[in-house]
Amino acid sequence: MTALDRCLLLLWPGLRSGLVALAVLAAASVAHALDVTDERGFRLSLVQPPQRIVSLLPSLTETVCELGACARLVGVDRNSDYPASVRQLPQLGGGLDPNIEAIVALQPELVLLATSSRAGERLRALGLKVLALEPKTHADVKRVLETVGQVLGVPDASRVWRVIDASIQAATQSLPPSVASTRVYFEVNPGPYGAGETSFIGETLTRLGVKNIIPAKLGVFPRLNPEFIVRANPDVIMIGQRSLDSMGQRPGWSHLRAVQAQRVCVFTTAQSDVLVRPGPRMAEGARLMAQCLAEKVGTVKAAAARALPVPVSPAIATPAGRP
Amino acid sequence: MNLREASLLGWGLLLLALGLTALGVCVGSAGFENLLQPLLNPLQDPDQTAMAQQIVWDIRLPRTLGAWAAGALLGLAGALAQGLFRNPLADPFLLGSASGASLGVAVALALLGGAVDMLGSSAGSDGGAGGMVGDGLAFTVFGTGWLTRLGLTGAAFVGAVLAVLLTLALSRGVQHTLRLLLAGVVVGVVLGALTQLVLVWSPESLQAMQAFMLGSTAFVGWSACAVMALTWALSSVAGALLARLLDGLSLGEATARSLGLPLTSMRLALVTVLALATGAAVAQTGLIAFVGLAAPHLVRARVKTTHGRLIFLSSLMGGVLLIAADTLARWLIAPQELPVGVLTAVLGGGYLLWLMHRGSHSGSGVI
Repeated sequence: MTALDRCLLLLWPGLRSGLVALAVLAAASVAHALDVTDERGFRLSLVQPPQRIVSLLPSLTETVCELGACARLVGVDRNSDYPASVRQLPQLGGGLDPNIEAIVALQPELVLLATSSRAGERLRALGLKVLALEPKTHADVKRVLETVGQVLGVPDASRVWRVIDASIQAATQSLPPSVASTRVYFEVNPGPYGAGETSFIGETLTRLGVKNIIPAKLGVFPRLNPEFIVRANPDVIMIGQRSLDSMGQRPGWSHLRAVQAQRVCVFTTAQSDVLVRPGPRMAEGARLMAQCLAEKVGTVKAAAARALPVPVSPAIATPAGRP
Repeated sequence: MNLREASLLGWGLLLLALGLTALGVCVGSAGFENLLQPLLNPLQDPDQTAMAQQIVWDIRLPRTLGAWAAGALLGLAGALAQGLFRNPLADPFLLGSASGASLGVAVALALLGGAVDMLGSSAGSDGGAGGMVGDGLAFTVFGTGWLTRLGLTGAAFVGAVLAVLLTLALSRGVQHTLRLLLAGVVVGVVLGALTQLVLVWSPESLQAMQAFMLGSTAFVGWSACAVMALTWALSSVAGALLARLLDGLSLGEATARSLGLPLTSMRLALVTVLALATGAAVAQTGLIAFVGLAAPHLVRARVKTTHGRLIFLSSLMGGVLLIAADTLARWLIAPQELPVGVLTAVLGGGYLLWLMHRGSHSGSGVI
């Protein structure tokens, strides 16, 4: 053993801990010296995960919280109301009339906002780090979760998505196979605007195994001629509380199969929020829709099957046939 | 006598603008005292000081000056329009620039995939037509990179200028003022209808559109401020050169021609200035109602003067009006903000009405 060897041997524990520390530091800096390109094509580089975050989009607020970083939010837009803890935060205007001054005053390290928000340019010009994201489809929700997870330095973003995915799958499996032939109309607005097959609501309906009366070619959320809905005569109507009030006056609607058989699911405002936000609560939305289908179609079918020797289609089941 | 009154009014308006600028810098959602402390003791907390400086210099000052510039542009354009059409009801948006700007914004929003859940269902729960449309209900269109760069501001400016060009094409030039007026009205109505059509196709941009229509100085930074100030300087010079035409026109078309004024080319120049001034203001601040219509009347109520001075004074008046309205909009429901366009419409309308009635009682009507 040479003197050098002995020297090294003596020094080894110290050297080793030094090396480990170096490796950890290197890993940390590699993990956090992050370059992300957002949906408007702007590059964002972060040296370390942001600790002060402003979110100007409810679905992004929910995403941040779902990733366990709710405590890092310092301000939100006025429509962000979930989870309950964000209601205590300063409100910085709406997505379209964001209060630039109030945002700057909070000194955030990262601002999350919609791609279409007009504030992005202005905030970037003021030297803030801005990430523009806009989930529109299931695939977008997954991608946004991963991007936000990456930026926040949260490692298990893809696990969160897998849980959402599995929950939607579970909602699907909870339904009796009989719902497969059900034709559904999902109204997002008394315009009437409906959810088309290509919308994320439509994607959920497809995954639940039911048919959407609005084909993909009509667009994502098309404005429909009320006649179209009467002619399509859906088996089940999913509608928000606000739409319900005007529904009674629509010509021809009283003869709709779904109305006559009382297969209209009315969602409360809170439930509507869950359903129309393409964020981590999408699985809950799928469960709400599945629950509606199970209540309105599953039991009718079961009851009809019990009462009659020949299975009938839900179309001719009347309210009297319900248990 | 007139000259003295006019210059008195001019200086008064300038001083008022200065005072209001100082006031505007002090008003905002972050408050005044909260910023004063870090600004006076920079050593205490450098972070807070930097933030306070940014709020004052990069947010409040440019938007206050921007409000003045936008108001000045609208006041100038209003005086030009009323002189050109010899009609006290003419406003800067008469040649279709407002509806053109709206259409530009609507198209840009529809192509970009408009407003998402920021408008969300809670917006609908206020009883608006938003309903459940909102959260993430948007189109995905490829190849909109150029549109993103152009932005809503650029789209609005392009829309405004194209609309005026369309008006000019439809009226086959500027020889006939009445034809120009009618073409402007037609273009306004048709482009408005097209905007509605675009919004029906992409309902998610509806509320983004509404926010734009209300008008706001919240997004005005130094660059926007510089664009408007430059446009204002150019339009003022052009306006001063063209004032001769307006003076001539006020005596009737035949008199103007007999004075040897090149009517056609001067009118064309006037329309160009009008389009640029209005387009610049609309693109940066959205639709701000009434400033352009009211400013010339407010000036005429004080002094009777030539068009050269009227243009300049109503420009100053417009600036003061908008700067005051903007400061008020930030202060009334602080820490929140009102859209300044709403305030100008209500206050400007009210004041003009009062002026009108006062005028009719004393027998010397303003309008």
